Amino acid sequence: MSAAPILTMQWTGWLSLFANYLALSALSVGGALATAPEMHRYLVVQQHWLSEAQFNSSIAIAQAAPGPNVLFVALLGWNIGLNAGGTARALLGVLITMTGILLPSTTLCYLVAHWLHRNREQRAVRAFRQGMGPIVVALVFATGWILAKGNGNPATDWRLWLLTAATVLILWRCKIHLLWLLAAGAILGWFGVV
Amino acid sequence: MFATNQSDPKQPEKDASEQRLSPPSANTNDRLQPKSLADLFISFSLLALQGFGGVIAIAQHELVERKRWMTREEFVEEWSVAQIMPGPNIVNLSVMLGARSFGLPGAMAALAGMIALPLVLVLLLGLVYAQYSTHPNVIGALRGMGAVAAGLVIATGIKLSSALKTNPLGISLCIVLSVPCFIGVALMHWPLAYMLLGLGVVACLLAYRKLKP
Repeated sequence: MSAAPILTMQWTGWLSLFANYLALSALSVGGALATAPEMHRYLVVQQHWLSEAQFNSSIAIAQAAPGPNVLFVALLGWNIGLNAGGTARALLGVLITMTGILLPSTTLCYLVAHWLHRNREQRAVRAFRQGMGPIVVALVFATGWILAKGNGNPATDWRLWLLTAATVLILWRCKIHLLWLLAAGAILGWFGVV
Repeated sequence: MFATNQSDPKQPEKDASEQRLSPPSANTNDRLQPKSLADLFISFSLLALQGFGGVIAIAQHELVERKRWMTREEFVEEWSVAQIMPGPNIVNLSVMLGARSFGLPGAMAALAGMIALPLVLVLLLGLVYAQYSTHPNVIGALRGMGAVAAGLVIATGIKLSSALKTNPLGISLCIVLSVPCFIGVALMHWPLAYMLLGLGVVACLLAYRKLKP
């Protein structure tokens, strides 16, 4: 488990964070979770603003909580702010990341929805919708894979990998509320079983 | 701007009585309207707070079965548009539905409802986690939940794969397009923009060719 980095964020840092989220918003076909691999690449691998553990726990907490999954973005911004030193900056991080991820996509949606609705039989519109299908599905798998890699080394942390595999099988094959599975994971983890 | 798509909001009782005589999806005159901006805000807040995991199920239940703000046909159409557009599907859907009834203020009321209360809740959860993040049991529990979350996302990918069976690209072309996309993003950590602009444009052009008029 990697320790949280200590940051000194300049205004240029906040600005590039905002710009990055504005761009991600425009690219987030298939939902914000589809862009999680890109956020991971930018925030953890490239900028070192977040630790691996902070990234994964943000997604885990947002998925455990009610509401749209996009709120994991708020937690990522919150954690960046905390790493940069305090609650005020954490709130700034939430404001920047949430405005960034929602402003372009909702504006675009508002403007284009009516036009698309009227032209939904047109060949180009259908080609866009259907053509993106395999790409969107691949991005969901990529998100799952990157989350699973947070489990650590398969040789030593094989119990966590087994839990991931069991979750896939159960959700794929059975009708069960996701909350039960998350609760089971929490209990197994709490008592050190995994 | 969505006015053409609108039934008369002044006749909710008439619509409700017709509703009982005909199937819920008969025509657009069957549906009701949000009463006010506050109604939109509260309704979407409640919807969001019930939305653990599969939001599409709770959205369909609330908006079509209970509120009757949309017919089933409309829901399917609007959801596909919400999926085409960038951004979270459920957030896009709330914006579109709010805009249909009250224009820009409606869109903003629905969006605020979808985000505000869940945001406070998730930050509180995050705060609690920060205070206990060194507690070994909490670390363990979150590791366990993280492992489950990974499984949930992968299982969602498996379920979504079945939707590709009816894709005009055909299943083999879908595999040819999605495998490099997965390798590029998950294994090579290439930027998403390259994938959407590269593979995405190729996929759309191929789909355009397959969809002969």
